[in-house]
Amino acid sequence: MVNMNAAHTKYISDLGLTPNMGEVIEMMASAPAAETTQVKFECRDVEVFYSGKRALRGVNMDVPDSGVTALIGPSGCGKSTFLRVFNRMNDTIPNARVTGQILMDGQDIYSKDIDPVLLRARVGMVFQKPNPFPKSIYDNVAYGPRIHGLAPQKKDLDNIVERSLVRAGLWDEVKDRLKEPGTSLSGGQQQRLVIARAIAVSPEVILMDEPASALDPIATARLEELIDELKEKYCILIVTHSMAQAARVSQKTAFFHLGDLVEYDDTQTIFTNPKDQRTQDYITGRTG
Amino acid sequence: MQQFLNPEILTSAILIIGAVTAFLYGRGLAVSRAQLPADGARAHSIPSYHGYFSAWIVAFIAVGVIALWTTFSGALPEFMFPAMMLGAMALGFIIINRLLTPTFRARNHVERFVGGVLMICSGVAVLTTFGIVLSLVFESLRFFDQVPILDFLTGLNWSPQTALREDQIGQSGSFGAVPIFAGTFMITAVAIFIAGPIGLLIAVYLSEYATKRTRATVKPMVEILAGIPTIVYGFFALLTVGPAIRNFAEGFGLSVPTQSAIAAGSVMGVMIIPFISSLSDDVINAVPQTLRDGSLALGATKSETMTKVIFPAALPGIIGAFLLAVSRAIGETMIVVMAAGRAANLTGNPFEAVTTVTVQIVSLLTGDQEFDSAKTLAAFALGLVLFVFTLVLNIIALLIVRKYRERYE
Repeated sequence: MVNMNAAHTKYISDLGLTPNMGEVIEMMASAPAAETTQVKFECRDVEVFYSGKRALRGVNMDVPDSGVTALIGPSGCGKSTFLRVFNRMNDTIPNARVTGQILMDGQDIYSKDIDPVLLRARVGMVFQKPNPFPKSIYDNVAYGPRIHGLAPQKKDLDNIVERSLVRAGLWDEVKDRLKEPGTSLSGGQQQRLVIARAIAVSPEVILMDEPASALDPIATARLEELIDELKEKYCILIVTHSMAQAARVSQKTAFFHLGDLVEYDDTQTIFTNPKDQRTQDYITGRTG
Repeated sequence: MQQFLNPEILTSAILIIGAVTAFLYGRGLAVSRAQLPADGARAHSIPSYHGYFSAWIVAFIAVGVIALWTTFSGALPEFMFPAMMLGAMALGFIIINRLLTPTFRARNHVERFVGGVLMICSGVAVLTTFGIVLSLVFESLRFFDQVPILDFLTGLNWSPQTALREDQIGQSGSFGAVPIFAGTFMITAVAIFIAGPIGLLIAVYLSEYATKRTRATVKPMVEILAGIPTIVYGFFALLTVGPAIRNFAEGFGLSVPTQSAIAAGSVMGVMIIPFISSLSDDVINAVPQTLRDGSLALGATKSETMTKVIFPAALPGIIGAFLLAVSRAIGETMIVVMAAGRAANLTGNPFEAVTTVTVQIVSLLTGDQEFDSAKTLAAFALGLVLFVFTLVLNIIALLIVRKYRERYE
């Protein structure tokens, strides 16, 4: 709790920094490779079983503290399963079992000392289909801060809601209709609303499970722009079907195939010089 | 043997034999004519359709003759009827012979017949409903000729005994229905008070907490409650629950009759638990999984997700479930006849005997009755009130449930 309040205070102090929306996104291939930074997650021999059936096999990888890490691979390869390991969402699926170790900042998130409910406040998640609650735009964003008691007063809550919507690039579009239902927004706006909702509890990490797959190209471009801005503040893991998207938004890319982590490297390397034949076949469109 | 040869049986036999013969005839005709090179094309429909078409035509004509004969019965001598039947059916065969060529679209015509028959069947149900409503309305109007409608709806005294003969010493009868409505309302309130929370919590448990296997076992078992005959609930209420409440109250030095609103209401509450639990379970399940995931992924617990996201989203449907349960409780008869009593007390105390609309209808119409008396006609007025009330509740409930379903589909 102490930790979270500290994060929140830090968050408030960052308020002055408005993201630069007009910034032109550079293609990843031309951007410099991710600098060697601190490790956020260390995964050791992670395996996931559904009803005893292995869906993910002995995954070892380090997720960096900053930047965007993309998880790619054909359907059923285990990339979404792997993503849900980081916020223990697999716990909510009956008969799912996770083995191995996932260290977040050096601490095993599957140890008994970790409360999965609090972990999920630190590791936010955005889903494939926009899922705003059938509440007002305001109440959607205020949901997390309310249940975690982050805002002692109405004014604080107003601040958090505004801050989160600004950061998600939605404030200008909705500031005059915060009382309208979140479901009245367009698909792209809804997806940015749920990102604002996730940001509102000041997470350290944001997991995105194919966040653009239900959006049209314009909304997708808008979302990728947003991801690019958010990566300055948050460690982002994104599952995507679109290799072009992985190339555009990520600095690191992990390729999964049939439950195996086949290759994990800088995005530039994966897309220009893959070491494994399976990776090459996938990114060149020969399998998939 | 004699009773098998009565006119109805004979007529039906002629009709069936005629239709079957027509089927065979039509099919045979189609088969034989298809052999001929008809414009060099193959027949439009397979022979069975020609057969079905022929059977329909003959049956249709025969039914028409029967209908005409029944309408104008007596206009012609009795022996003419079989002659007319056979003549009409023969006409049918001639028509078939003319129509059935290989290019004849028997398949499409049969389709049209089927559509017509289906429409007539649903028409029967709709017309019956209209008939019942109309009879309720007209008999009620006769009642309101004798007793002003305002007295009926606002009177506080219900004692429907009237003198059957002039010389009989009897009451003049008093038809103030408020005590009956109040009794109905109180028993329904007790029932919902019991069934509402329990049913809702069962639904929450089944949809959010129970494992798949538990759910598959528990849900049908809860639903069995709705399948128990109401007469069983009735004697359960009268012989077990009523005395139990009386004994319990005696422990506190209170005198409670065996027949009381609370005895009938609580047993009725048990009966309608599955209405609430099953329907609520359905609407809670209809809330998309993505909303649950969204809430859990924000660090909400299961119960926070339930109360803050799922429940508000499912609320309209849950209200619909409650309204359907209420209309079921209001119309329920056997339990209250046995366990609620017949005295039309106007009371707010659930531990007293009260009476309901359904109980009063039963007691008005059983025993020696003069059909035109205000007493008997009062049953129609009560029935009309009951019907209107449950109809309105059902319509509101269905509208709410439907509107809610559209939101996610």
